[in-house]
Amino acid sequence: MEVRASTLREVVEAVRTYPRLRPKGGGTKPALSAPRAGEVSLSLGGLSGILEYAPEEFVFTAWAGTPIAEVEEALKAHGQYLPFHPPLRAQGATLGGTVAAGLSGPLRHRYGGLRDFLLGVRFVDGEGRVVRGGGKVVKNAAGFPFHRLLVGSLGAFGILVELSFKVFPFPRATRTLRATLPSRESALALLERLRLLPLELLALDLVPPATLEARLGGFPQSVAARLEGLKALLAQEGAQTEVLEEDEAYWEGVRDLRFLEGSPIWVKVPAKPQKVAQLEALPLGPRRYLDGGEVLYAGLDGEGLEALRRAGLPHLVLKGAEDPLYPPPPEAFFAKLKEALDPKGRFPLG
Amino acid sequence: MGFLEELKALLPGKVLTQEAALAPYESDALTAYRKRPLAVVLPEGKEEVVAVVRLCHRHGVPFVARGSGTSLSGGSLPVEGGIVLALNRMNRILRLDPKARIAVVEPGVVNLEVSRQAAPFGLYYAPDPSSQPVSTLGGNVAFNSGGAHCLKYGMTANHVLGLEVVTPEGEVVRLGGESLEGVGPDLHGFFVGTEGLLGVAVEITLRLLPKPEAYHTLLAAYESLEQAGNAVSLVIRRGLLPGAMEIMDRLAIEAAEKAVQAGYPQAEALLIVELEGPKEEVAEEALVLGEVIRESGAYAVRVAQSEAERQAIWKGRKAAFSAVGRLSPDYLVQDGVVPRSRLGEALKEIQRLSQAFGLRVANVFHAGDGNLHPLVLYDGKKPGELERAEALAGEILRLCVRLGGSLTGEHGIGVEKKAYMPEMFAPEDLLTMERVKRALDPKGLANRGKVLPEVVHGG
Repeated sequence: MEVRASTLREVVEAVRTYPRLRPKGGGTKPALSAPRAGEVSLSLGGLSGILEYAPEEFVFTAWAGTPIAEVEEALKAHGQYLPFHPPLRAQGATLGGTVAAGLSGPLRHRYGGLRDFLLGVRFVDGEGRVVRGGGKVVKNAAGFPFHRLLVGSLGAFGILVELSFKVFPFPRATRTLRATLPSRESALALLERLRLLPLELLALDLVPPATLEARLGGFPQSVAARLEGLKALLAQEGAQTEVLEEDEAYWEGVRDLRFLEGSPIWVKVPAKPQKVAQLEALPLGPRRYLDGGEVLYAGLDGEGLEALRRAGLPHLVLKGAEDPLYPPPPEAFFAKLKEALDPKGRFPLG
Repeated sequence: MGFLEELKALLPGKVLTQEAALAPYESDALTAYRKRPLAVVLPEGKEEVVAVVRLCHRHGVPFVARGSGTSLSGGSLPVEGGIVLALNRMNRILRLDPKARIAVVEPGVVNLEVSRQAAPFGLYYAPDPSSQPVSTLGGNVAFNSGGAHCLKYGMTANHVLGLEVVTPEGEVVRLGGESLEGVGPDLHGFFVGTEGLLGVAVEITLRLLPKPEAYHTLLAAYESLEQAGNAVSLVIRRGLLPGAMEIMDRLAIEAAEKAVQAGYPQAEALLIVELEGPKEEVAEEALVLGEVIRESGAYAVRVAQSEAERQAIWKGRKAAFSAVGRLSPDYLVQDGVVPRSRLGEALKEIQRLSQAFGLRVANVFHAGDGNLHPLVLYDGKKPGELERAEALAGEILRLCVRLGGSLTGEHGIGVEKKAYMPEMFAPEDLLTMERVKRALDPKGLANRGKVLPEVVHGG
């Protein structure tokens, strides 16, 4: 069964009416939004639109069901963007779904991920109460930061209704360099080296087995000069380099996880360059390490998922499996927060 | 055996109970509030913290964790009949892994020490509260401390990747991890900024960043605060993203000049803008910044030509708080936030309030973040002046909330601002905070009496 809510009041009503609810935005992460037995799907696609946007403040507030694409169009008109680069934009991802899933794309490398840009929320807790956390200014330390609690919460504590984000100016020019190395070891060594340099790359990805992709942004002349510098550095390290022509379109494809299409199961795995060797020993399909190796998005099958679990590696399934989160959140802290915010267990998780 | 005897048996030689030994812990940097604790405990490792918290839980004794006591909001004020967990001896950097770009630290490590240790690898720890040579990371985590660089780099919460926490019931729990990305609810992110009400952080995993390649630091003098404020808006409108933008008013400039002779020009307002990044990028941004500052009506502009000149510009700004102490026997530091575009309006109103209350107010602020620091000058020896100063400070906080901002940008609510929480949050929001507090701390022992106002009306 599916219920639609397009106002705050309808969300409150739905929470008070149905004993088990699973929120859904654009439905782009079906492992998180598809209702299980006994659950009602609460569709929030209608709870959409930008409420406030002050370009000069670098801040906007929007309803949770607002598509990322709509937000980015509005920001683009003022030369701004969401620096955490939410994935699955073209497929219809919404702000609320992105926050609940806790997802960031390749451009997170420059300024940080979703958790660094969410300033405040309003949500409806498990008792139908409307609660606010955080605020609408770029700096704020007042009260318990419920907005951060909801990042990656998979809807466990409440239904997101309204969100405020910090945004930044988008660089005037961007260029992308692809570097191919002779072996995984050499690619990893170079990745680790680049991570320590003050290059301020917009994105730095490792594409197994041995390719690095780096995106630069800034003033056109500066980008051109830095591109040459980076090329020389990479060549010195024994890399074959090429400049990608379709810079913008290429990264849009990456952020939309197009490299996972065709894989039955999609996962996000927190990583580190030091963990890459262990991960690469598992039977994973198409994959890519984003943000200098800090996060892996991989396509896999049942065997790969089983291998991840056996290795005890934390991960989140976006698509293709019923049980999306491993491991479950720590009992001593999570269970008590759940008790405070969703005492009747109306929402997913726990 | 009573509580104190058990405590002394648990941590022999690390429990202070003598009057003279307790006195330094009676207050933090908000010295207007004082409370004598029952005892001060000096644990040297996390097992000792766990043992003490469990003992407190068993006996129902409240505890306050503290580091260097630099809180300006009374956040580490002791609770009567309770103990203070002084964590300064837990000051080891447990692991500094440059390849992973992380540092794992104990809560008593001083903020600046992390950057010092990371410097040989070209890395640093970005959050830089003005207290960074003294304040500890445990306190930075509790208050989600900020500093001059929050617009671009975020606050402490953005730089904490993982925590080991002792809950108020004495359970030990790991939140987060070592990656920039996690899965599941951001519990460590939630813990940061809860001001010690939900437990004690005993181990903190921090992200480190590569130190910027180049800086461009500019000082501009204006005939009015409003002009300086407008210049900040102009910088943003041109699409620049400086690492820091700071403003000082005449009173703050004079105080800083007297204290450290930074060589600042005479002005109604000074603006400091610092660009940082790859040198080619900074060079181009500097051209745009130069134009903007010319358009903004600055009558004197100075650009640091060397690291020494850059440090000289920052020296005055960083000394401003303590320097104001030269102008007045006492002062209160406020910490409200307003949307950047309403800075001018806020400053005008603060001036009016200052006249109405008959107290001087010096202004130093993180203009890029809209984070005001009005320093309300008073003389504690004159009857009624502290109360008047507090009332004026309260009006400033109300003003910030009215303009769409926040009660605190980096100092926390503590005891000082809890009465103003209902100005910013609805009863339902505050009740939810209370429910969370009760769920994790049913006996109400961890930093009792902070953040949450006693009376939440309605609901």
